[in-house]
Amino acid sequence: MADVFRALDDETRRLVLDQLASRDGQTLFEICSILAARHDVSLTRQAISQHLGVLEEAGLIRTERRGRSKYHYFTPAPLAEIARRWPIGQRTEP
Amino acid sequence: MRIELTSIFVDDQRAALDFYTDVLGFTKRHDIPLGDNFWLTVASPEVPDGPELLLEPSDHPAARAYRAALVEDGIPLVQFAVDDVESEHDRLTGRGVVFTQPPTDIGTAVVAVFDDTCGNLVQIVAVKPETVTAG
Repeated sequence: MADVFRALDDETRRLVLDQLASRDGQTLFEICSILAARHDVSLTRQAISQHLGVLEEAGLIRTERRGRSKYHYFTPAPLAEIARRWPIGQRTEP
Repeated sequence: MRIELTSIFVDDQRAALDFYTDVLGFTKRHDIPLGDNFWLTVASPEVPDGPELLLEPSDHPAARAYRAALVEDGIPLVQFAVDDVESEHDRLTGRGVVFTQPPTDIGTAVVAVFDDTCGNLVQIVAVKPETVTAG
């Protein structure tokens, strides 16, 4: 789980997850262009590619080849682990 | 100085000519035999004296590796302007064209990316008129 927390500890990576959560299955080019246009993130493609690598290692995204292009998908399973470890809604106010 | 010709590498020049004319709607300008290949260009009927696109054979080994790497990451090699990305997306999808990026509003423009079936990705873009003057 440690790499999940490390992966989440970065604003750009959180924005990438937001972007994939709102529409899954994007190429590197699409992720970069939307980050630049909507979020003013002016990182190189290589930098974004490295961020995607960190997210993939943490199990928060997976990649899939369709045709000759590679697409990225949000996989929230590790986030469910967090909710299981620290459940919300079961505590009552003292 | 002005841009009169730009080129892309295509797997099969005859198939590329069919796609760029029959499917996309460009007009053939030059079709000159050159050894096993052709000097083959197309242009937009909307801009009669506009720049030509050269459909260059991709038989150089470096061209194949270069294009494969760009296609994997979804990076378009060429960009065409359209009036309405949504309607072009619908028209082309209806003709079997596969998009790697659906019409996407990026603020100043709407863009989409499709596979030209000859080894390249093509971006279409409609710049929003209100943003041209707003800068």
